[in-house]
Amino acid sequence: MSIPAATLPARARRRGRAGERPPGEPRRIAYLYVLPGLAVFVAFVLLPLVHSAWISLFAWDGITPGEWVALDNYEAVFTDPDLRAAFLHSLILLVFYSVIPIVIGLLLAAAMSRSRVRGLAAFRTILFLPQVIALVVVAVMWRMIYAPAGGLLNESLSLVGLGALTQNWLGDFDIALPAVGLIGTWVMYGLAMVLFTAGVQKIPQSLYDAARVDGAGPVREFFAVTLPGLRSEMAVALTLTTIAALRNFDLVYITTGGGPGGATSVPAFEVYERAFQSGEVGGASAVGVCLAAVIFLLAFGINRFADRAAR
Amino acid sequence: MIVRREQYFTYLLLGLFSLIALVPVVGILVTAVQAQGGLAAFGEPNGFHLENFADAWREGSFGAYLRSSVIVSVSVVGLSTLLSILAGYAFGMMRFRGEQLLFYLLLLGLMVPLEATIVPLYYDLRDLALTDTYWALILPQVGVSVAFGTFWMRAFFRSVPRSLVEAARLDGSSSWGTLWRVVLPLGKPAVLTMMVLVFMWTWNEFLLALVMVTDEELRTAPLGLAFFQGRNTTDFALLAAGSVIVATPVVVVYVFLQRHFIRGMLTGAVKG
Repeated sequence: MSIPAATLPARARRRGRAGERPPGEPRRIAYLYVLPGLAVFVAFVLLPLVHSAWISLFAWDGITPGEWVALDNYEAVFTDPDLRAAFLHSLILLVFYSVIPIVIGLLLAAAMSRSRVRGLAAFRTILFLPQVIALVVVAVMWRMIYAPAGGLLNESLSLVGLGALTQNWLGDFDIALPAVGLIGTWVMYGLAMVLFTAGVQKIPQSLYDAARVDGAGPVREFFAVTLPGLRSEMAVALTLTTIAALRNFDLVYITTGGGPGGATSVPAFEVYERAFQSGEVGGASAVGVCLAAVIFLLAFGINRFADRAAR
Repeated sequence: MIVRREQYFTYLLLGLFSLIALVPVVGILVTAVQAQGGLAAFGEPNGFHLENFADAWREGSFGAYLRSSVIVSVSVVGLSTLLSILAGYAFGMMRFRGEQLLFYLLLLGLMVPLEATIVPLYYDLRDLALTDTYWALILPQVGVSVAFGTFWMRAFFRSVPRSLVEAARLDGSSSWGTLWRVVLPLGKPAVLTMMVLVFMWTWNEFLLALVMVTDEELRTAPLGLAFFQGRNTTDFALLAAGSVIVATPVVVVYVFLQRHFIRGMLTGAVKG
């Protein structure tokens, strides 16, 4: 949940550094206000995270007493071929969830920086729509599109005389992962477009005028003005899309169930499979902890990078 | 002339990608009213069968699923809004020992993926005999929502002019009274944004429900749809109708409050 929030810390850090006034008068009563929310947060987020790290040090099937194995479960994350494959698949999905949407968004930003657009609000409503539809519904929807018999994709291909290209999109060992990835692209590109269109409108026109006076063409203008001007939007887009790619559970569970033959298995799916289907609870926890660590590092790194570039 | 051409290119991009965003959505709406039993999705339209929604509602017991989702969502939104306002008020307007530490703890919590906590959550809640109750769906969701909500409300409270609070104080208003009567009335848009986001995240959550609930009565709408699809892989019309039923509540809220969705998910992270 709360994926967008992951981009917030950078902003907090920036604010904190500004050396602002103390936020208010010292008050003991503050603890009473903070307590209820903090209690729920600690009980249902923080303690489970710590508990997860503890469980990950055991070989435990969830029923009989666990056996202490220290870091063996973490070693497995790097040596177990299935787990390595799952993390590798995440990397490939990053291309579809992050890189392609951001490229599409930048393309639009580049075009918009050189023209005025009317009716942007309507486009924005439509482009953002995939973000609010439950991923389970998105997955069911795309299963119908990819369906080998009667699916929109194969039907359309046949209709335009490309029947030779029809596929069992989600059932083919080589194609299933990119097919799942494209669903992610569909969900994410609108977010990048909306983000960048808002950002590009905030870039002062004078910068473009200056660049044009200097004789910059559209390409130089893009790299010299538009791209640097979208730095903070870029950090947000990167954080949101990479976390969505890494946390991808719903889509994989519904569309392929990790198949065929593990071709679309991802870490989040492995956590579920191992903990609740195959009784490797300790191993599952280790995967979950690693996933959290990767997300922390990525979010921190991206914001750090954006912060430094901003100075 | 060049400018004109670039203008067309911009509209072309916007139009093309809006179309790509819409095709699956329109497709599923069309499929949802096709004759039942057909395997073809989006294929040759053959009528307008609104009764599919009634049939899906009955056969898929979506009535019960929506009821669960409403109970869970309303509880989560209500609880986390209240707790976030209180905590955000303290973080935004008061100074206390350990403030920094607690705040960074919450920030860290914003990023904890459910996948990293779901395993102990399940076993701990099972030991408390809370799995297969609404509490198992509500409490963990409140936990994550409060982290976001506190952060969100803190930003609002910091934007409130201090003079306002000081004036209220001089008038003898308690911190409690100042919060509800003086400050919060200014924060209605911020609170609404937080509420729609928490509502959307709660309504759409799947993994938590999948793990915590086996009782069919307690299934939330997305979980119900997943099971409905498992039983019903061939009848695209009914499956599409079920999907529409599950997605509609959030989409309707989105249509009316889209500025809150977009601002909450984007500018909340950008501005600053």
